[in-house]
Amino acid sequence: MVLNVNRYVCGYCGACVAVCPHCALELVETWLEIGSGCTECGICVKICPVGALSLDEVKA
Amino acid sequence: MIDTEYDVVVVGAGPGGSITAKNCAERGMKTLMVEKRQMIGDPVRCAEGIAKHTVKKHIEPNPKWICAEAKGFRIFSPSGIKVEMVGEFGSGEVGYVLDRKLFDRALAHEAARSGATILVKTRATGLLIEDGKVCGVELEHLGKKFCVRAKVVVGADGVESKVGRWAGMNTSLKPRDIETCAQALVYDPSADQEFCEFYLGREIAPGGYAWIFPKGEGCANVGLGILGSFSDAGAPFNYLNNFLKKYLPNAKILEIIVGGVPVSKPTDGIVGDGIVLVGDAARQSDPLTGGGIGNAMEAGAIAGEVVSEAISEGDTSAERLREYEERWFKERGKKLMRNWLVKEHIMSLSDEELDKLAKSIADVKFKGLQLYELLKHLLRRNPKLLWKLKGYI
Ligand SMILES: Cc1cc2nc3c(=O)[nH]c(=O)nc-3n(C[C@H](O)[C@H](O)[C@H](O)COP(=O)(O)OP(=O)(O)OC[C@H]3O[C@@H](n4cnc5c(N)ncnc54)[C@H](O)[C@@H]3O)c2cc1C
Ligand code: SF4
Ligand code: SF4
Repeated sequence: MVLNVNRYVCGYCGACVAVCPHCALELVETWLEIGSGCTECGICVKICPVGALSLDEVKA
Repeated sequence: MIDTEYDVVVVGAGPGGSITAKNCAERGMKTLMVEKRQMIGDPVRCAEGIAKHTVKKHIEPNPKWICAEAKGFRIFSPSGIKVEMVGEFGSGEVGYVLDRKLFDRALAHEAARSGATILVKTRATGLLIEDGKVCGVELEHLGKKFCVRAKVVVGADGVESKVGRWAGMNTSLKPRDIETCAQALVYDPSADQEFCEFYLGREIAPGGYAWIFPKGEGCANVGLGILGSFSDAGAPFNYLNNFLKKYLPNAKILEIIVGGVPVSKPTDGIVGDGIVLVGDAARQSDPLTGGGIGNAMEAGAIAGEVVSEAISEGDTSAERLREYEERWFKERGKKLMRNWLVKEHIMSLSDEELDKLAKSIADVKFKGLQLYELLKHLLRRNPKLLWKLKGYI
């Protein structure tokens, strides 16, 4: 699995960054970066208020 | 021009950062505040409600950034039983409804006027750590990376804070310790312009509440937060749409806002060698109300004072800086602990039980009460339902 962010949906609020146990996300103004430390745990996916994050088979 | 050495570097120009920077600069500290956004205060992540006296402690109120003044608040239980209070609410977030874009900028302006240097579109990307002591930050400004040394680094970098984590403090939030929120600024002349309203219920906002705050000129902030552990991808936004359909079906949406609020148990460990955390970064928002503007400013004022004294004395060790944490806990933290316990308990109640609580005090005419007294009324009338809270209220 791989974590994808749909940047057309993201509201750049940083809630996902706050809950990532591995510090794998970084919000650069309106641009959410997914770093290499992601373990695909899915916590951030559930937290995102607009549903911009998803765990998929392939990298979007 | 940016120097390579400062007494204090503050990361983040929200209310916490600006008040810290102002208080350091006023005491003669060479202060730099960096903000990753190109525009301080924008986009907003807030319902913008705050008690008047809290604002007045830190800045002269200015109609430029006050959108509305609420004369009290109403809470609606899941079945719609109304509890109404008139008057300024001591520890609540009711009084002014701000324009945070202008308010945050006004606070940064105060910091600048006090002598702090401010750098926007500048992101902290790491810390300089020597012998276990924080001694500066790595920054990125318009694609350029550079380092700035500091005697103390202040992490005021909000809910998404990394500064503490880089220093080895574990500030990541568990899903049960965050409210995930969605809000719309709407135009709807039918929205009440006198009261801040709160709506409870599992159908409305599981593990949280919905709010309607007056914004003046027929506008209102309509939003809700749900507890992270009850959330699913996009849930807050869906709940918000349902809420709007039910309560303000004719609302025209002018702005959409999303965000997370820490509602964790107040923690210590917000200072280290050469570093302190302030505001949402230190998880200082009120776990019961979700209010964090006032707390961030209060913490910023204490931190600014302690950090400046520590630097003047030449001792910026964790032991010295702990005075900030201790004073914070004495002045605000204790109340937050009580509110956390109340929140945890309320979270465990069913909709029927919440209705029962509301019914028990629906006839009380509250006037200018403190949250504490509301809780005392509730406890007196519902000793069985709230027995767990007896020792704390
Ligand atoms: C939907 C919602 C409704 C709310 N409603 C209310 C309310 O009605 N009343 C209330 O009192 N509180 C409310 N809050 C909480 C309130 O918004 C926060 O508690 C408050 O903004 C905290 O202030 P702060 O200064 O700690 O952080 P912030 O205001 O979040 O400021 C942090 C700043 O740091 C910057 N930053 C982050 N990382 C970096 C970096 N690496 N480098 C440089 N800069 C960085 C960010 O861009 C940001 O500008 C609400 C929150 C939400 C999400
Ligand atoms: S939580 Fe969702 S909306 Fe917020 S920054 Fe992360 S992906 Fe974007
Ligand atoms: S899936 Fe888990 S590890 Fe990956 S970014 Fe999200 S919270 Fe972090």
